[in-house]
Amino acid sequence: MNAAQLTAPAPDPLLYLDGVSVVFDGFKALNALSLIIDPGELRAIIGPNGAGKTTMMDVITGKTRPTEGVVRFRDHDLTKLDEASIANLGIGRKFQKPTMFDKLTVFENLELALKAPRGPLACLRWVLGGGDRARIEQTLEEVGLASRAHDLAGVLSHGQRQWLEIGMLLMQDPELLLVDEPVAGMTDQETEHTAALLVRIAGRRSVVVVEHDLEFVRALGSKVTVLCEGSMLSEGSIDHVQNDPRVIEVYLGR
Amino acid sequence: MSATLASPAPSGFGRMTLRLVLIGAVLILALLPVLNQMPTDSALHVSDFVVTVCGKWITYAVLALAIDLAWGYAGILSLGHGAFFALGGYAMGMHLMRLIGPRGVYGHPVLPDFMVFLGYQELPWYWLGFDHFPFAILMAMAVPGLLALVVGYLAFRSRITGVYLSIITQAMTYALMLAFFRNDMGFGGNNGFTDFKELLGMPLNTPNARSVLFYASLALLLGALWLCSAVTRSKLGRVLVAIRDAESRVRFLGYDVTQHKLFVFVLSAVLAGLAGALYVPQVGIINPGEFSPANSIEAVIWVAVGGRGTLLGALLGAFSVNALKTWLTTVAPDLWLFALGGLFVAVTLFLPRGLIGLFTKAPK
Repeated sequence: MNAAQLTAPAPDPLLYLDGVSVVFDGFKALNALSLIIDPGELRAIIGPNGAGKTTMMDVITGKTRPTEGVVRFRDHDLTKLDEASIANLGIGRKFQKPTMFDKLTVFENLELALKAPRGPLACLRWVLGGGDRARIEQTLEEVGLASRAHDLAGVLSHGQRQWLEIGMLLMQDPELLLVDEPVAGMTDQETEHTAALLVRIAGRRSVVVVEHDLEFVRALGSKVTVLCEGSMLSEGSIDHVQNDPRVIEVYLGR
Repeated sequence: MSATLASPAPSGFGRMTLRLVLIGAVLILALLPVLNQMPTDSALHVSDFVVTVCGKWITYAVLALAIDLAWGYAGILSLGHGAFFALGGYAMGMHLMRLIGPRGVYGHPVLPDFMVFLGYQELPWYWLGFDHFPFAILMAMAVPGLLALVVGYLAFRSRITGVYLSIITQAMTYALMLAFFRNDMGFGGNNGFTDFKELLGMPLNTPNARSVLFYASLALLLGALWLCSAVTRSKLGRVLVAIRDAESRVRFLGYDVTQHKLFVFVLSAVLAGLAGALYVPQVGIINPGEFSPANSIEAVIWVAVGGRGTLLGALLGAFSVNALKTWLTTVAPDLWLFALGGLFVAVTLFLPRGLIGLFTKAPK
C-alpha cells in the first residue's frame, strides 16, 4: 500500500531472541541463542536431550529469566513480564506433559482458555454467549474432540489430551503457539493427524514445535532449527539439516 | 443458565434427594425456636439447650462453608480459619461489652469491668465506634477480611502453597492467640469478654433473644450457601478448581492466580468473621482460646468428614461431627479427641470424598 511495501522488506519478526544465555549454577542451559520467528511461520526445533529446547520455551513464556540477551515479542520485552502477562500478549504454550484440568469437562477446559476478561469478578459474572459457544464448538471440531465435549478431561486418551491442549491454545487466540513434543507417545495415525492440525493452524498464527520425531518434523514441511548445547547448530529445510555434517555428528549420527 | 448446560448432568437422583433433605433439615431447624415456646410438658417441647446448641452449630456450618470454599474448591488449606471466626467474635464481643454500660460489677459508665480492673482511664481508640451495632458488624467482616488480604497477598504473591501455606495460617492464628492473651492488648486478656447483658435492645438469655439469634444464624447460613453456590457455579468456580488441580497451567492461560486466590480467601474470611459474630452472643463468651490452632484444625476436619469440594458436604460435616462431639463429650468426655482423630483417619482411608460421597457421584 505504501512505498516501503513496494521494496518488500522482510516482515518485522514476531519473536526475536538475540544472544540469550541462561546459566543454572554455572551450567549454561542456553548459550548466546538467537532465533527469529516471522508472523505466520511454522518452525520445528530439534536437538538432543539437554540442548536447551525446553529452557528456550521457559524463557519465552517468562518461567525462566535469561541471564543475558534480548527476548522480544513484537515491541514487548518479555524478560520484564510475568507468565500471565506474556500469555495475554498472545503467546500460548503447550507443555511436554499435557496439563489440563482433569476434573473439568473438555468443554469447560476450552471455556477457561477462551479469550475473555480474566479477573475474579469478571469470571463471577461471566455468561457464556452464543458467539463464545460457537468458537468453542468450532475448536472442538478442529481438534477432533466434538464427541467428547462433555466428558471429563481426565478420562481422555493420551493423544486426545494432546489435542485438547492444542485446542486450549487456540482458544486463547494467540499469535504464537509454542508446542513442546506434541506427538510423544502417539500412534502413527495420531501423529499424522497432529501434523496436519499444526500445518492448518500455522499461516494464521506462528507455531514453534519442539519435537524429537524426525518423521513428524518432515511431515510438517517447515524450516528446521537444530539446537545443541544451548545454541543454534544449523538451520534450514529438513533435508539441509539432515545432511549437515555437524548435525550428523552431534545428533543424527548416534 | 448456559454455564450449567456446559456441565455434565450431575447424578440426578442423588442430588435431587439431597436437596430435598437439605430443605427438610432447614425447615426442621426453623421450627426449633417455635417448639421451644411450647409448654414444657408438651411432647413437642424443645429445650433451651437444644436451641442454643443448634444455633451454635449453624454458625459452625457457616465456618465450614467458608473453609470448603477456600480448601475444597481453590485448594487453599487454611489451618487458621478459626482466627477469622474469632476476630468476628471479638468484634461482636466488643459491641456487647459496650452495651453493658454501667451494669458492670464496678459500675463504670463507659469502661468494661476488665479495663477498670486494669486501671484504664479511658477507652482505647480502637474501641471507639463499637457502641454502634452496624459498626461492630462491619468490623466483624472488615478485620478478618483485611487480615486475609494481607496474609493472603504475601503468601500467594510468593507462590506459597500446600503445606507451607497451612503452616503460615496456623502460625497466624497461634500468634493472634498469644497476642490476645496479653492484658495490655485491651481485649480482656485470657478472660476475654463475657457477662453480656443485651443486644439490639433485647436482654440476652431470653427465649426472644435466643430465637432472634437463631434465625439470624439460619439466615446467614442460607445467605452464605447462596453466595458460595453462586461462586462455585460461575466460571470463577471452575477457575478455582483449575487452580486447585494445576495452578501453573492456569497462570499460562493468562489468569492472575494471586487475584483469584485472594478473592476467595478474603470472601471466605469475611464469612468466617460473620459466623463468629453470631456465635459469640449465643454462647455468651469469647476468649483467646477461640484462636487455638486446635479449633481451626477441628473445623477443617468437619469439612473433610462431610466431603470437601461440595457445599452440602461441608454442612453435613459441621452438623454431624458437632452432634457427635456434643453427645460424646457428655457421655465419655475423655474419648472425644480419640474419636475425632479416628474419624479423620477413617474418613481419609475409607471415604476420601467424605460422608457426602456415600450419596453422590464424584464431585468436581
